[in-house]
Amino acid sequence: MDLFRLFSTFTRIGVMNELQYRVNFVLQAFQSLLALISGLVGLALVFSYTDELSGWTRPELLAVMGVHILMGGLIRTTIQPNMERLMDDVQQGTLDYVLTKPADAQALVSVREVQFWQLVDVLMGLVVLSVAAAEMKAEVGLWQVLGFLTALVCGALMIYSFWLMLTTGAFWVVRMEHILELFQGMYAAGRWPVSIYPDWLRLGLTFLVPVAFAVTVPAQALTSRLTLDTLLGSAALTFGLLVAGRWIWKTGLRHYAGASA
Amino acid sequence: MRALLDLYLGQARISILEQSQYRVANYFWMVGMVAEPVIYLVVWQTVARSHGGSVAGFGPGDIAAYYIVWTLVRNMNIVLTPYAWEHEIRQGRLSVRLLRPLHPLHYDLAYFAGWKFVVIAMWLPIAAILTLIFQPTITVTPQSVAAFVVALWGGFLVRFMLQWALGLITFWTTRVGAFFQLYFTVELLLSGRLVPLSFMPEWAQQIAAVLPFKWAFGYPIEVILGRYSPEQVLFGFAMQTFWVLLGLTIIGVVWPAAVRRYSAVGN
Repeated sequence: MDLFRLFSTFTRIGVMNELQYRVNFVLQAFQSLLALISGLVGLALVFSYTDELSGWTRPELLAVMGVHILMGGLIRTTIQPNMERLMDDVQQGTLDYVLTKPADAQALVSVREVQFWQLVDVLMGLVVLSVAAAEMKAEVGLWQVLGFLTALVCGALMIYSFWLMLTTGAFWVVRMEHILELFQGMYAAGRWPVSIYPDWLRLGLTFLVPVAFAVTVPAQALTSRLTLDTLLGSAALTFGLLVAGRWIWKTGLRHYAGASA
Repeated sequence: MRALLDLYLGQARISILEQSQYRVANYFWMVGMVAEPVIYLVVWQTVARSHGGSVAGFGPGDIAAYYIVWTLVRNMNIVLTPYAWEHEIRQGRLSVRLLRPLHPLHYDLAYFAGWKFVVIAMWLPIAAILTLIFQPTITVTPQSVAAFVVALWGGFLVRFMLQWALGLITFWTTRVGAFFQLYFTVELLLSGRLVPLSFMPEWAQQIAAVLPFKWAFGYPIEVILGRYSPEQVLFGFAMQTFWVLLGLTIIGVVWPAAVRRYSAVGN
């Protein structure tokens, strides 16, 4: 319950902060639109040569793209800004201020930042998804929506745990900022269903960087390709990553020396 | 002339020494960057296989070759970003550069050119790994390698000059983010970075031919792949020269006016 209260307070502050800079909304929307256009051009080019890519049709790939945009928006709204701030705090020693607060430190570092305007991408992703669903003429029933939402939440939690583990590395190796570029490169691979990649890359994108679970699995839910086994596996892996992330965080924290010394 | 050459060699040496200190940072950046062409490569190889073995005359091996050379060209294409000016102006750091005896263009050009030698050295192992994995088909001749080296540096100069010129807009307005993004999106689509331009419809290729982007990106790649006749290669050199001269002209005309607009605050 505390976690929820913390989250809503920080969200309110973040939203109030960003509402001061309304022009940023237009800029963000423009940027998202350009990214969408280049994505659509890529898709159109592929399907000017073929009818299906490894068994995925055009509207199905559009759905994958929609999930990719949506999840990217979620990552940039909360996960990434929080983890970047954590990295800064460890470098500068200002993490002291977090640790002295009475709330759980992991909860606190995970909810402090909310980049409200990045939600534009979440909306954009939803629009792309609806277009894709309409084109597929798929009956998106209650079960598909539930499966999709579960897979999406699991995916977001996995990405969060993954980021947390990487960021916790900053307790040992102070300079971690290039991790961001590495992650963005890997995440870009989620634009396409992971089944098209060669084995070694697919395994990496599934278990090393959980892009497959974050993007492909939710898209599978909407395109009625999802089996119950995959969904359960996704939930189990989410749980495992959360526990592992928590453990690495606790271990890392013991290595934190602080700045006041 | 002698002094200018000394300046270039000195500045290039500084950047080589500086950048070879940040090997790990440079490598992280490079590995993150390699993801983009690998994605395109896999997607288009898949398309080629389901489309009777080739797309617009590119078989799977040609596609692999295209995107592996892509990684080198992309690295050579990194020049002073137009966003850097905003920082320099706001922080007043430009004042220091203006005090130096020569045009700041010289210092930047020498710095980035020097850095490229570090980049090329670091690129070689990445290229070797990609070659082992994706089995490119490429036949090179001494002539095509020589033409490639010229086209590669020509492409670097084209992009360097045009982005330097583009950055000067910052002296008049600070709201340049949206404009730069539009510029970079057009560049992504019409340079040969997203796909080889021959995958594009005819009309898009015609637009690309009159824009500068292709001459900095797709052209050097297709030179080493041997997809051009000698006449086409020479025509490309001419186009590169044209765009470099145009960039220089713009800089020559706009720079004095830009400096007059600039007023520094503080030190």
